[in-house]
Amino acid sequence: MAHGDAALAAGGDGDAVMTVTSAVSTLDQVMQRWEPVIGLEVHGQLLTQSKMFCGCSADYIGSPPNSNTCPVCLGLPGVLPVMNRVAVEYTVRSALALNCEIPEHSKFDRKNYFYPDLPKGYQISQWDMPLSLNGHLTFTVDGEEVRCGITRVHLEEDTGTLQHAGDILQQARSSVVDLNRAGVPLMEIVGEPDLRTPAQAREYLVRLRQILVYIGVNDGNLEQGSFRCDANISLRKHGDTGLGVKVEVKNMNSFRAVHRALEYEIVRQGRLLDQGQTIAQETRGWVEAKGATISQRSKEYAHDYRYFPEPDLPPLHLSAAFVDRVRAGLPELPQQLAERLQREHGLSAYDAATITAEREDARAFEALVAAGVPAKAAANWLMGEVARLARETRIPLPGSGLGLDGLASLVKLVETGTINGSTAKELLEELYLAGGDPAAVVRERGLGQVSDQAELERLVDAVIAENPAAVADFRGGKEQALQRLVGGVMKATRGRADARVVTGLLRERLAP
Amino acid sequence: MTLARDQVTHVAMLARLGLSDEEVERYRQQLDAILAHVDRLQQVDTSQVAETAQIGGLVNAWREDVRGECLPVEKALANAPKRRRDHFEVGAIQE
Repeated sequence: MAHGDAALAAGGDGDAVMTVTSAVSTLDQVMQRWEPVIGLEVHGQLLTQSKMFCGCSADYIGSPPNSNTCPVCLGLPGVLPVMNRVAVEYTVRSALALNCEIPEHSKFDRKNYFYPDLPKGYQISQWDMPLSLNGHLTFTVDGEEVRCGITRVHLEEDTGTLQHAGDILQQARSSVVDLNRAGVPLMEIVGEPDLRTPAQAREYLVRLRQILVYIGVNDGNLEQGSFRCDANISLRKHGDTGLGVKVEVKNMNSFRAVHRALEYEIVRQGRLLDQGQTIAQETRGWVEAKGATISQRSKEYAHDYRYFPEPDLPPLHLSAAFVDRVRAGLPELPQQLAERLQREHGLSAYDAATITAEREDARAFEALVAAGVPAKAAANWLMGEVARLARETRIPLPGSGLGLDGLASLVKLVETGTINGSTAKELLEELYLAGGDPAAVVRERGLGQVSDQAELERLVDAVIAENPAAVADFRGGKEQALQRLVGGVMKATRGRADARVVTGLLRERLAP
Repeated sequence: MTLARDQVTHVAMLARLGLSDEEVERYRQQLDAILAHVDRLQQVDTSQVAETAQIGGLVNAWREDVRGECLPVEKALANAPKRRRDHFEVGAIQE
């Protein structure tokens, strides 16, 4: 776990104290003296058709600059926002999946600040009456159950995007603004400071992302920023219950970046505290290339937001019937699904967790089992060869040429002993993209296993006769020599024999 | 209650207003009068009135999630103080 340490050495942050320090504590040493207190704020774009307050598309990626705007999301004078019902529903769905309460009354507020990506000069958000409160998420890290409180899940609008002219930021003379993203529905999930290690923070994010993707409200893309995370982190003495001065870390666009940035901050803050220095309450940005966080001094004044109720939006009054209807529409959540797969199909906890990591895989597993494939075989194929091919081709099984039905038919050919495992792997590789009926291909090419006992015995005898050296080695006690003989039979059958049957026959023939 | 000059300059800074010393004093007095008026309103007994941000009576004024027309890029950029190709151009922002 020298990540944070190595990163720190290479940081070159510009903080003079980092270069003159003589204390070079590692992450582990710092964590022996100090307890990290971490809380995460996650922003997730909602997968609606239209924006939060107007009819422009919520799917802006790839659109030409400023082609996805209208007077409402441009913030032109005299326009009125009208909230998107589905965005409200998706937020409530998320909140329920995170065990939140849904107050009957909520409202929107204006958060006022000037920044060029915010055309109105304020963001419509929720301040004192959010859509939901008091939830939690539980998960397991290194065998230990962690419960992280969810302070609130509320709804707001996304900003536009800024690009900086010129390659080097400091030399840029101007920046350019694209407002295609402005007004896209954005859900904010504020977590309690209940996390104590970077690994817990990472697992919280993995689980949270998984839930949002499962319930169909977010596409979980950290790289493109549809799922983003900011972290608040402070250190305190073990056993203390108060909170230290917190630093907000931004610009982390992968799970790994979150992990590394938190490790870096723990070491940075730990060394300062060890030297008797105080931590400045500030916002720092993670710079991937430097492996370091850097102070963002430009946003010093940003925290005086002067929230006030949004006069253009009537309040929300969500009845129990509304909430019940949304609750009834919630699909099975990943944790429930994993538990059910263990219970109903006897999967191990590990297999169940792996299979349910992506909803598509879990669906494929259930479809295979429903088609008559034994559970363990279905799990192994999906986690092994199919996962590899999906990764390499970037096409998931349901969209592949072979598809679910094709895979089911292929795996059943193995299970019934019609073909052996290596033939099946070759066929999978060949048919994954191209498609085709595996049973028909096996028939046409005569790929079926040689199951005729007499034929196999003849081949085994021939191989024994042709390989006196290997036979002598095996009889002399060299167990590996048997593999050479098995290989000979497999070669003679072009891989179509059942290796276990061949091995058994050879042992029988060569028995003293 | 009396508003301090530095409260006025703080609010002016948040609103990106550059005020001369004279203006700071003029607005300080005007804002003071406004706050004094609000102070009077504060004295009304509202203990029997439910707190609300709106009195229009509307709730759940939402629309269905349907896409509509966007503006052509030329129109969207028509009032841009500065533009560069199809973007709004602003002073360099250092994040």
